[in-house]
Amino acid sequence: MSLLWLRVAVGCYAVGLIYALVALSRTSELLGRLALHAAYLGMVFQFVSLSEAVGASGQLTLASVHNSVSLLAFIIMAFFMLAYGIYKTTSPGIIVFPVVFLLTFIAATGQQPILFTSPGVRTSWLFVHIALIFTGYAALILSFGASLLYLVQERSLKMKKASEIFSRLPALETIDEIGYRSLLIGFPFMTLGLIAGIVVAETTYGRVNFLDPKVTLSVLMWAVYLIMLYTRWSSGWRGRRAAYLAAGTFAAAIVAWAANYFSSIHRFVS
Amino acid sequence: MNFQLIGVNHKTAPVEVRERLALPESRLPEACKKLIEHPGIEEGMILSTCNRVELLAKTKNGSADLRGFIRNYFQVDPADFDQHFYEYRSNDAVRHVFRVTSSLDSMVVGEPQILGQVKEAYALARAVGAVQSQLDSLLTRAFAVAKRVRSETAVGSSSVSIASVAVELAKKIFGSLHGKHVLLVGAGKMSELAARHLLAHGAGTIFVSNRTYDRAVSLAAKFNGEVVPFDKLYDSSDRADIVITSTGAPHAIFRREHAERFLARRRNRPMFFIDIAVPRDVDADVNKVDGVFVYDIDDLQQAVAAHVADRKKEAERAEAIIASEVERFQSRLQSLDVVPTIVSLQDHLETIRQAEIDRVRGRLGTLDPEQELAIDALTKGIINKIMHTPITTLKVAARDPEATTVIDLVRRLFNLQDRKGQTKSTAAGDQGAKR
Repeated sequence: MSLLWLRVAVGCYAVGLIYALVALSRTSELLGRLALHAAYLGMVFQFVSLSEAVGASGQLTLASVHNSVSLLAFIIMAFFMLAYGIYKTTSPGIIVFPVVFLLTFIAATGQQPILFTSPGVRTSWLFVHIALIFTGYAALILSFGASLLYLVQERSLKMKKASEIFSRLPALETIDEIGYRSLLIGFPFMTLGLIAGIVVAETTYGRVNFLDPKVTLSVLMWAVYLIMLYTRWSSGWRGRRAAYLAAGTFAAAIVAWAANYFSSIHRFVS
Repeated sequence: MNFQLIGVNHKTAPVEVRERLALPESRLPEACKKLIEHPGIEEGMILSTCNRVELLAKTKNGSADLRGFIRNYFQVDPADFDQHFYEYRSNDAVRHVFRVTSSLDSMVVGEPQILGQVKEAYALARAVGAVQSQLDSLLTRAFAVAKRVRSETAVGSSSVSIASVAVELAKKIFGSLHGKHVLLVGAGKMSELAARHLLAHGAGTIFVSNRTYDRAVSLAAKFNGEVVPFDKLYDSSDRADIVITSTGAPHAIFRREHAERFLARRRNRPMFFIDIAVPRDVDADVNKVDGVFVYDIDDLQQAVAAHVADRKKEAERAEAIIASEVERFQSRLQSLDVVPTIVSLQDHLETIRQAEIDRVRGRLGTLDPEQELAIDALTKGIINKIMHTPITTLKVAARDPEATTVIDLVRRLFNLQDRKGQTKSTAAGDQGAKR
């Protein structure tokens, strides 16, 4: 059942994907509203799916890759909705919807659920770890998306193409604020998530192996994140340079995620 | 659909002609009354604005002598004005009313005042009883169409001028202009106007800098702003988010290195230069600095032109809306025309049938239920067979211009007059309730 609800959610997010693709060439208010409602619906189905998955395994942990990918997608959507609530713009959806669609699609179409081998999965610390880290990831993705939008809008303002400028993209400062604020919000989550991860590692293995690629890369990512945040805060960088920074941090986050496939202590196996 | 309209507007007639026909509001009620007293006219309304004078009428047979009314009422010879008048009938009149109300026929397409003016004219004419059911539904529909055009197209969005485009651009950069500071370099009329627009949209302090100090002081006083001495210009420009330049300087005042310095001091918060001076006050290279946006007079004019072009496209969409609305209105009016007649005709015949059955009932003796049904089916069958063709004809006739003639004929043939009066009074009652 859980998978069925997830597939319905994929269907809903597909509307968002269509909106994102159409928005590249022209703006349609109707489609934007439609995508928003579909996204709400998708979130409901995804929530049901996640709850059932948790109920089925009888524990708070999300012990499979697919469920955790689905949870990540859900948190990203939650962030998007939060930004929508404050700024009343669906524009970040141009980037967020495809990402969410892709993640949910992967979660919904994978063959057999792959399980964590770590014995620590049963602890609630792990759940805390996953939830916090994923919130951090979601904030990063939204921020990265905002950076790209900033570049698009800045370019049309510089090129003085009136038709593009007056399309429905929000103002530069608004986009910048969305990007910066989601970074700010994401950082504490990322930090606490890593701390929770260390706690899990300590209780499971008795010590933390800092030479493990997952641990090293995660710490590296955290450092890159911190540097970016500091640079933005101190220099007020925005536009192109901020986008590079966001892309860098985003890449670091992906590398840290990919480390799941090399790490000996933090991995998924089938 | 016996609507008829005659008028002059800013496109067909010079102001000398329009002013001969224009009516002040105080004279409109009496003029409307006169209009419906004119032979062949059942309902009427007069719209008189500075750009147009139009008489709209619902006529008895589709061709009233509106020119005759103009000759009598205005004491002018329409022959003199012939080339200025336009006259529309039935669907064309409906389309024209829709277009006027939706501001597609205005001098500045999309300007919002006309809707209010039409509403006023309608209210005045209605108050004296010149507007009744037919014109009422036409005008009510026209207001709905205007609303639809306004909400579904961008025809009515924002007026187009250099100052307003500058405000729009500033909003696209800063979002809200609240608390954004504006620096005027040079004290020209245009920059003053732009500053006024920005202030109206929430901009914060206005700084003024000018080579002639006194001019700066007097302009700053107008906006409650601050004066920046011209020799301190480069030290304080970074305090402003929006810089409007309009000096007569022969060379650029702001160059790339200045902009870079401002940005560094502003910690990269964006800056917007509006350069309305010719020759330009802001070097073109400044636009290349990240976070600085420069629009010179040509860029602004292009943005204005783009807006106008956008508007043309939107106007085309609006015309499409109106075309479909005219069609809808037409079919609605016609079905309204014919449906009550069909209903009362059917009622009439049913009454006759029942009465006849009751009359012969006694002579038939007791009937079993099957026989009852048979009699019922027989009588109904006869009526339906006979009425089939007339009702189909009525429905077809509804689409013809002579619909009213056919409907009247049917009513007279079957003596449905009373019921017609009844439906009319209920319709009036409905409108009364709406009010």
